[in-house]
Amino acid sequence: MQNLIKNDAVTEDAWRLIRSDEESFGAAEDVILPLAAWLALDPAARSGQAAPWLAPDADLGLLLPVLAQLPLIAIDFPAFTDGRGYSLARLLRERYGYQGELRAIGDVQRDQLAYMAQVGFTAFAIRDDRPAEAALDGLRDFSDQYQATVLQPEPLFKRRTQR
Amino acid sequence: MYKYDEVDHRLVRERVEQFRDQTRRYLAGELSEDEFRPLRLMNGLYVQRHAPMLRVAIPYGHLSSTQLRKLSHIARTYDRGYAHLTTRQNIQFNWPALERVPDILAELAEVEMHAIQTSGNCVRNTTTDAFAGVAADELIDGRAYCEIIRQWSTLHPEFAYLPRKFKIAVSGSADDRAATQVHDIGLHVVKNDAGEVGFKVIVGGGLGRTPLVGKTIREFLPTRHLLTYLDAVLRVYNRFGRRDNKYKARIKILVQALTPEAFAAKVEDEWAHLKDGPATLRDEDVAHYASFFTDPAYEPLAANPDSFTGPLASDAAFAKWVARNTRSHKQGGYRSVVLSLKKTGVPPGDITAEQMDAAADWADRFGFGELRVAHEQNLILPDVKESDLYEVWQLARQHGFATPNVGLLTDIICCPGGDFCSLANARSIPVAEAIQQKFDSLDYLFDLGDIDCNFSGCMNACGHHHIGNIGILGVDKNGEEWYQITLGGSQGNQTAIGKVIGPSFAQADVPLAFEKIMNLYVEQRLAGERFIETVRRIGLEPFKERVYAKSH
Repeated sequence: MQNLIKNDAVTEDAWRLIRSDEESFGAAEDVILPLAAWLALDPAARSGQAAPWLAPDADLGLLLPVLAQLPLIAIDFPAFTDGRGYSLARLLRERYGYQGELRAIGDVQRDQLAYMAQVGFTAFAIRDDRPAEAALDGLRDFSDQYQATVLQPEPLFKRRTQR
Repeated sequence: MYKYDEVDHRLVRERVEQFRDQTRRYLAGELSEDEFRPLRLMNGLYVQRHAPMLRVAIPYGHLSSTQLRKLSHIARTYDRGYAHLTTRQNIQFNWPALERVPDILAELAEVEMHAIQTSGNCVRNTTTDAFAGVAADELIDGRAYCEIIRQWSTLHPEFAYLPRKFKIAVSGSADDRAATQVHDIGLHVVKNDAGEVGFKVIVGGGLGRTPLVGKTIREFLPTRHLLTYLDAVLRVYNRFGRRDNKYKARIKILVQALTPEAFAAKVEDEWAHLKDGPATLRDEDVAHYASFFTDPAYEPLAANPDSFTGPLASDAAFAKWVARNTRSHKQGGYRSVVLSLKKTGVPPGDITAEQMDAAADWADRFGFGELRVAHEQNLILPDVKESDLYEVWQLARQHGFATPNVGLLTDIICCPGGDFCSLANARSIPVAEAIQQKFDSLDYLFDLGDIDCNFSGCMNACGHHHIGNIGILGVDKNGEEWYQITLGGSQGNQTAIGKVIGPSFAQADVPLAFEKIMNLYVEQRLAGERFIETVRRIGLEPFKERVYAKSH
């Protein structure tokens, strides 16, 4: 899948997304696994990197002990109207201080990107049937926002009274 | 009134352009119907029975004369010369063309208006007492907080795709006129024993299929914590609210399932991490927003000037109007005027472009250029000198705005119903009209006194029928329109959900049922007892017996 937006550009994806536990993958591949499969993995048995993807109802507590070592966490959007992943992202960034790549996967399209970026996503796996080039514009829909966000922790009301 | 700065203007313009592009992509087939639907709903655009319907936000019901003139221009240019005021203090246009909606939004943006989040599963327009800032019984003017909440909720990146819609109401007066107990979150601006201002937080109220009165989850929230606490409530709801069944997706179902205590505990856990964070309001932040809601230049006037008391004594029709359609004002010599949009024969809440222009002119000429929309679907001139009331009344009469029925049985809160709305089971407008015709004697109406009559065309309860003293719900029986009557509902401090009195009625029989109910009330009432008080005292049984009695 080469439909990934990262660092404001469409880029090659070094990771392979493994959707189900049954799907096989090589020991040298960099893979994003279902949380349970990732937790069960023996890192010593393989040379490639592994990262988890989270369902929207995932328990973040399972990740906390290893959060600092994780190069990537993906959050799944089973439908673009499912907003739980936005709260997970903010929790990972703001409360738990996660610094690595945070990738949105699943039903990810242009019109979600502005909000996803604000809550801390840094990579967007655009749905296969949609051109990622066009979706890039979604990151530029808004030049500011009212709230305290991951990208701009100072809410607008504070910046206003500081002027 | 709040005034946009450069950032507010820019964000609204950017939203217009974003929506223009979304509409373009939909029309070009790049977005499917299912994909476009949530996007257009989040911008107030429904696809209705006859045409799209565009709902425009009137933040907490505040409107300037300039904005109202723009709305009249839009009604004339893009619609059929009228619009409809809603129970969320918004305004909706029933006949715009889809491809022209972006142009309407661009025009609205010129006068600091938009349609952002007037529908969809996101935080909707915050509502408050239509008399905020001018009411004689107001404890605290909550409008600065309404604006702070408006900005916090506007384009909130975390809460754009909630399980279901989310409504917040704020009340700052002794008498709750904002229906805070039937909102997802109700906030009462209160003072604690130490004189500190804060909020009592009520969650999980709502109407719809499962009508519930909200539960207090915090007696006193200091104002500085308002936004972090709201973030905590919304996050708990966003993560744990049901998404598998849209009829069970409102926060009230989550609160009920967890119990209010357990829900409150989850919010407190979440809030412990957010509290005192960057979104904490400082005194200067609140002061900045409060600075937009200072008193206008009231003249020091004596109450009851001769120019007011004279006509009051000599003109009975004027006196009736003053009694029903004006309200006491915190400033001596002023009153607030309710322009009734409940004239018999006109769909409740409908307002013509001519009426909008006239009301805008009166707001400039007799007031300070401001108006309000009440959730009862009337328009309000908040600041009118008592000495001008006689003239305002005469003008209002000429424009069909002076039906002296505010708070009376014919001041019906009503959704657009099956004539316009594709969700409705039944039409509401002709039935409301039939009731208004049945009770067309003003003397009788005045004698019946205060009665909230609320009418919804379906279970979604846009007409708030559950909290009407007498409520009507349109139901579908084998493809026919029937109407269920409820009694005993009320809004305000004694919020209660009405109870169904029995089997539903055919359309033609609704006015007769109303007549029987009112007759029984008149027979049974104690001196000075209002309708709702009689219902509470004697219960539903006598009404059931009367309404369903076989004629002999």
